[in-house]
Amino acid sequence: MIIDPVTLIVALVTISTPVLLAALGELVVEKAGVLNLGVEGMMIMGAVCGFIVANLTGSPTLAFLAGMAGAAALSAIFAVLTQFLMSNQVATGLALTLFGLGLAALLGVGYEGQPIPDVAKPLPEMLRTIPVIGPIFLGHDLVTYIAIFAVFAIWYVLKHTRLGLIIRAVGESHDAAHALGYKVIRIRFAAILFGGAMAGLGGAFLSVVYVENWVQGMTAGAGWIALALVVFAAWKPGRVLFGAWLFGGIAALQLRLQAAEIGVPVALLDASPYLVTIIVLVIMSSDRARTALNAPAALGKTFHATG
Amino acid sequence: MIRLEKRPTPSRIWALSTPIIAVVLTMIAGGAMFAALGQDPFETIRIIFWDPLFHERFASFSRPQLLVKAGPLILIAIGLSLGFRAGIWNIGAEGQYIVGAIAGAAFGLAFYPSESPLIFPGMVIAGLIGGTLWAMIPALLKVFANTNEILVSLLLVYVAEAMLASAATGWLRNPDGQGFPGSRNLARHAGTDNPELFAGTGMHWGVLAAFVAVIAAYVLFQRHVLGYQIKLAGQAPRAARFSGVNPGRLIILCLGVSGALAGAAGLFEVSGPAGQITIDFNSGYGFTAIIVAFLGRLNPIGILFAGLLMALTYIGGELAQLLLQVPAPAIQAFQGMLLFFLLALDVLSNYRLRWAKEGVA
Repeated sequence: MIIDPVTLIVALVTISTPVLLAALGELVVEKAGVLNLGVEGMMIMGAVCGFIVANLTGSPTLAFLAGMAGAAALSAIFAVLTQFLMSNQVATGLALTLFGLGLAALLGVGYEGQPIPDVAKPLPEMLRTIPVIGPIFLGHDLVTYIAIFAVFAIWYVLKHTRLGLIIRAVGESHDAAHALGYKVIRIRFAAILFGGAMAGLGGAFLSVVYVENWVQGMTAGAGWIALALVVFAAWKPGRVLFGAWLFGGIAALQLRLQAAEIGVPVALLDASPYLVTIIVLVIMSSDRARTALNAPAALGKTFHATG
Repeated sequence: MIRLEKRPTPSRIWALSTPIIAVVLTMIAGGAMFAALGQDPFETIRIIFWDPLFHERFASFSRPQLLVKAGPLILIAIGLSLGFRAGIWNIGAEGQYIVGAIAGAAFGLAFYPSESPLIFPGMVIAGLIGGTLWAMIPALLKVFANTNEILVSLLLVYVAEAMLASAATGWLRNPDGQGFPGSRNLARHAGTDNPELFAGTGMHWGVLAAFVAVIAAYVLFQRHVLGYQIKLAGQAPRAARFSGVNPGRLIILCLGVSGALAGAAGLFEVSGPAGQITIDFNSGYGFTAIIVAFLGRLNPIGILFAGLLMALTYIGGELAQLLLQVPAPAIQAFQGMLLFFLLALDVLSNYRLRWAKEGVA
């Protein structure tokens, strides 16, 4: 049984990319005070829209855009319901996941196993052949680099810009933000659409780059893991990256252990990414005081301007 | 310009009529979806909602299916409604359903080939315990480690599915099955079977249990202090705590009951309609039951009707698949749509619409 650490790291980064994108999107949504439990549904919409467009047009760029657009359109339903019609965010998020899974399966009928174009890597072949450094740092897909760049971009915007301050203000106290004249509903609407687009990009990456196929229900809980990562990361982008890599590492490792046929039961290996997510979630949330400090104060609360 | 004004208390009339309006709107939107799929919308809606009950050729087969499909949905949704009312979100009923089925089936198969009449009750108890224990994981983590029960209960569904795969292909596999995955057939073995109680009705022990659960939940909410505490905890958590409601106990109780009922539903399914443990014997009832609970307004009687209606869409969906080649996932999207309309219309029971002049704040 030999597991090559270099290919393991490469696989880890690839597997973590969809979850990372979705979790970053959800982080911004939650920072704006909205809990969208529909990540799984938006991801699978992104996966199916991306795959269909990749198959029809042969253009990966259009496929990624379609994935983002499809998922953002789905998230718009959530935004209208929770922001304008003030529905319960938990229930509406669940509805989004159930509906998204059904709609995606419907759209994807007949597309399973259809051909899609290869997605070219952004950096030249020569760089990728450098031993160790090449595959680990220079051999990834463009979307993977975008995801990692997004970690820094979102951290910077939330922490150091006026826009970030407004988003956080809305998420901490919508009444205070409203009193200052910020358009709470509009800001939250935009945040939800952003979260949808990010989840959609993650889903499209999953179907177009990683699996290179459309399979019904292919996200297999990745959206829920993304939600768990946000809590685990205490709403900090840097820690989301760490959490996504941890998840990706376990997922990549368990696949290799299955192939190596060691004595561990397959069921335990299959379940390991979910079990590890639960364990980490428990460790992070058991410190009540800290979780309460980091969570946006208005998370999940409905805003209704009176007067 | 329309302005919304919060009602002091939710309107009862709207709360009762929104599910019906939601169904009508879903028929319209669903009809549009079927039209987009190249079907006649009126014919499709008729096949889904009318033909399973009244079609001269198919009704005799599909009418009993109504109870077969509604049974587990109602049983699970009743359990979920306790938690949802208290603001405790168990969304992993699918996992508890699977674990209950595995536990019950394992108990029954442990005594194979005995045909003792004590085995089936034992299986039911094992199913209840299996589902309860699985639900205790998110419950205890919530109480003692403050971990979000939504995420834990949902992630455990995937763990349960991995367990189901290993049971179906490994430790519960039929030793006489020539290596095919799947357990022995429980439904075709006296002692482990959950038979149709009255021929041609679809009524089995699980459906009976669902009816009992509806009555028990009704009494609980109307007459028992616990039902009052559940409602109070959901509407005013702080007030509930001051009045002596122990939130931890309530979490354990709500998740425990919903897990037990989901587990029992799984056992009744695997020993009756499904017949055996297979990799995919679970058909998403645990998730659809969430829709049933909301459609029934978290009210036991409402859930009874909602469960029957949702069962109808399942059967009608299968019929539409058979007659019109409508793709199977269309019905899942249709059910999701129903939940959206329902949640959207809730605004009418919680708020009053007012016409206001533009610019006046």
